[in-house]
Amino acid sequence: MRFNGSSNYVATEDLTLAVNAAITLGRPLLIKGEPGTGKTRLAEEVAAALGLPLLEWHIKSTTKAQQGLYEYDAVSRLRDSQLGDPRVQDISNYIVKGTLWQAFESDTPVVLLIDEIDKADIEFPNDLLRELDRMEFYVYETRQLVRAKHRPIVFITSNNEKELPDAFLRRCFFHYIRFPDRETMEKIVAVHFPDLKKNLLREALDVFFELREIPGLKKKPSTSELLDWLKLLLAEDIPPEALRAKDRGKLIPPLYGALLKNEQDIHMFERLAFMSRR
Amino acid sequence: MRFRTEAGCDPPSASHDRAGTVLIDFFYRLRAARVPVSLKEFLTLLEALEKGVIGPSVDDFYYLARAALVKDEAHYDRFDRAFGEYFSGIEQIEPEQLTIPEEWLRKLKELRLSPEEMAAIQAMGGLDKLLETLKKRLEEQKERHQGGNKWVGTAGTSPFGAYGYNPEGIRIGQHESRHRRAVKVWDQREFRNLDSDVELGTRNIKLALRRLRRFAREGAASELDLDGTIRETAKNAGWLDLQMRPERHNAVKVLLLLDVGGSMDDHVQLCEELFSACKSEFKHLEHYYFHNCLYESVWKDNSFRHRDRVSTVELMHKYGSDYKLIFVGDATMSPYEITEPGGSVEHWNEEPGMVWMQRILSVYPKAVWLNPEPEDRWPYRTSIGLMRQIMDGRMYPLTLDGLDRAMRYLSAQ
Repeated sequence: MRFNGSSNYVATEDLTLAVNAAITLGRPLLIKGEPGTGKTRLAEEVAAALGLPLLEWHIKSTTKAQQGLYEYDAVSRLRDSQLGDPRVQDISNYIVKGTLWQAFESDTPVVLLIDEIDKADIEFPNDLLRELDRMEFYVYETRQLVRAKHRPIVFITSNNEKELPDAFLRRCFFHYIRFPDRETMEKIVAVHFPDLKKNLLREALDVFFELREIPGLKKKPSTSELLDWLKLLLAEDIPPEALRAKDRGKLIPPLYGALLKNEQDIHMFERLAFMSRR
Repeated sequence: MRFRTEAGCDPPSASHDRAGTVLIDFFYRLRAARVPVSLKEFLTLLEALEKGVIGPSVDDFYYLARAALVKDEAHYDRFDRAFGEYFSGIEQIEPEQLTIPEEWLRKLKELRLSPEEMAAIQAMGGLDKLLETLKKRLEEQKERHQGGNKWVGTAGTSPFGAYGYNPEGIRIGQHESRHRRAVKVWDQREFRNLDSDVELGTRNIKLALRRLRRFAREGAASELDLDGTIRETAKNAGWLDLQMRPERHNAVKVLLLLDVGGSMDDHVQLCEELFSACKSEFKHLEHYYFHNCLYESVWKDNSFRHRDRVSTVELMHKYGSDYKLIFVGDATMSPYEITEPGGSVEHWNEEPGMVWMQRILSVYPKAVWLNPEPEDRWPYRTSIGLMRQIMDGRMYPLTLDGLDRAMRYLSAQ
C-alpha cells in the first residue's frame, strides 16, 4: 500500500514519504500546520486513493478518550429492565462501540482520522497511549480484549492550541504542513480549477501572496480561502484586469470577504489601501 | 544518489547492524544539537529503514528521519543543521557564537560608568573598539577556553571572559562579579537557552495547578445520577425513578494578585505563562495588579492603572474568604516600602504596606506568595525576609517544585 498523492490533492514529496512511513510501520501520523492547509483533507484523500473506508472522530473540548473506545448505555438497560425486554440479560447489548473500536474490528484496513486532538482535555492524548501503540484495549463490562484485526492507518491533526505530551509524540510520526510556495500553490489551484485562465490565476496569486505579506494580520488567508475566493471570482466572472487594481488607485480586491475573515483585518487593510492611494 | 556517509558505509537498508552504528553517531549528534530525540523514536527510524520505506536516497532519508525523530516544527531548524553537518561533514558553526546578541549591546547602553572606568575603557580604545575586538576573538575562537591571556574564557587576564583580573574586562557567562572589576556581565545566551529548557512550560504549570482542583456540583441538573436513580428505583419497588444532578465543575476560586513593573520586568515571561495557565485552569479566577507591595488600592488593567483603581477594602468585601489568595511578586524592594507609611515609590500611602498585607491575610486564610526570584537568593534580601515573615513562611519559588508545594498547601483542608 503506497500513497502517491491523488488527482485532487497535491502532496509534497516529504508529506508523501511521511504518510508511507506511517502506513508501513502502522504508527499514527501527527499532522500540524496553519489552518486551511489541508490537514483534514489529507486523511480523506489517502482513504480515497487507497480505496479504504474512512472513520472520523472529531474531537471537542468535552470529548473523553473512553468515548472513542466504547460507552456503556446504562439508561437503556434500565429502561429495558422495566419493560421486561429479554435483551437486558446480556450486558453486551448495551455497550455502544466508539470510533476506535469500529476501526479495530473492521475486516479491511481502514483510515482513522482523529481530528483536532488539541481541542480535548490536556490528559486526552495520554489516555490513548496504549490504544494507539498496541492497538488494543480492554472492555471491563464484558471482560473482553478488543484487538485490531488490521492496524488502522491513523491520522491525527492538531492546531497547536495545546502542547501534546512527549510520551504521546514519541509514538507518532510527525509532519508539519508548510504553507505552500507559489509553485505548489499553482499546482493546487490547477487541481481544483483545471480551466482557470492563466492571467487570472497570475493576478489572483499576486493579490493573494501580497495580502499574506501584510504584517499584523490576525488571520492570514490560507489555501482553502484562496480556493473559495477563486470560486467566487469565477462565479462572478470577474476579469483579470479588475484584480490589477493598482492602476486604478483602488487596492482592495473584489470579493475580499472570502480572503479576510476578521473585521479588524479588513479595517486594517482598508486603511493601508487608503494610505497608499494618497 | 547513493546513500553514503563520509565514512563510506553501506546503505542502511542493506545492513541493519552497520547502519545502526553509523546512525547512533547521528542520534547523539542530534541530541548534542538539542533536538529532543528519544530512543523509542530512534528505533522507529531503524525499523522504518529495515522495512524499506525509502529507497537509497539522501533526500528520502532526510524526510523519513525528520518525520520519525522531530515532533515539533520549532526544532526543524536545529535538525536541519545537525543533519547537514553530519551527512556532508561540513564544519558547523553556531551562528550565535559569531554575532554579538542584541541584548548584550542593549545592556551596554544601560551602563553607568564612573570617570575612572571611562578612562580605563579609553585605555582599550573605547567601548566600540572593545566590542569589535570581542567579536573578532569570538570568531577566532571555536571552543571553550580557560586560562591564558588572549582567548575569551575563564580565569585569564584577557579583557574578555570571566573570573579574571583586567580592569576593563567584559565579563561573559558569570553571574556575580568576583572582583567587582569587569565592566558588565553579559551572560552567554547558551545559559539562557538551558534555562528555558527547565523553565516551566504552560503545560507543566497547568499540571501543577491541577492539584488545586476541587470538583463540586453546582448549577442546573443536567446529568443522570446513576447511583441515585438505582437507589430511588429500588425504593420505588422497581419502578424507574430517574434522578438528575448538576454536572461536576472545578469549583475552586482563586484571587491572583500580580506585582508588575520595576524589578518584575525580568520575570515577565514566566509570569505570563503562569497567568495563561491559571486562566485556562480555573473557572473562578480574579486577578489584580499591584506594584511591589500591596497598599490601599489595586488595578485590573495595567494600561489604566492610574485611572481605574479598585480599593483593597472593596476587594476584600467582594470576594469571600473561600477564595484562595495567590500573590506573585519578587518582593524585592526597599524595606521601607513594607514597614513605613509613605514608603511606596509611587504614591503617598497613609498606612504601611504591612498593615494592608495583614488585613488581607486575615480575610483569606489560604494564601501563598509565589516568588520568581531563585530561592537561594532570598536570604540576602531584607524585603523578602520581611514579606516571608508577614506570610508566615508561605512563600514559594516560582518553579515547578515550588508551585507544587504551594498548591499542596492551598489544597490541604
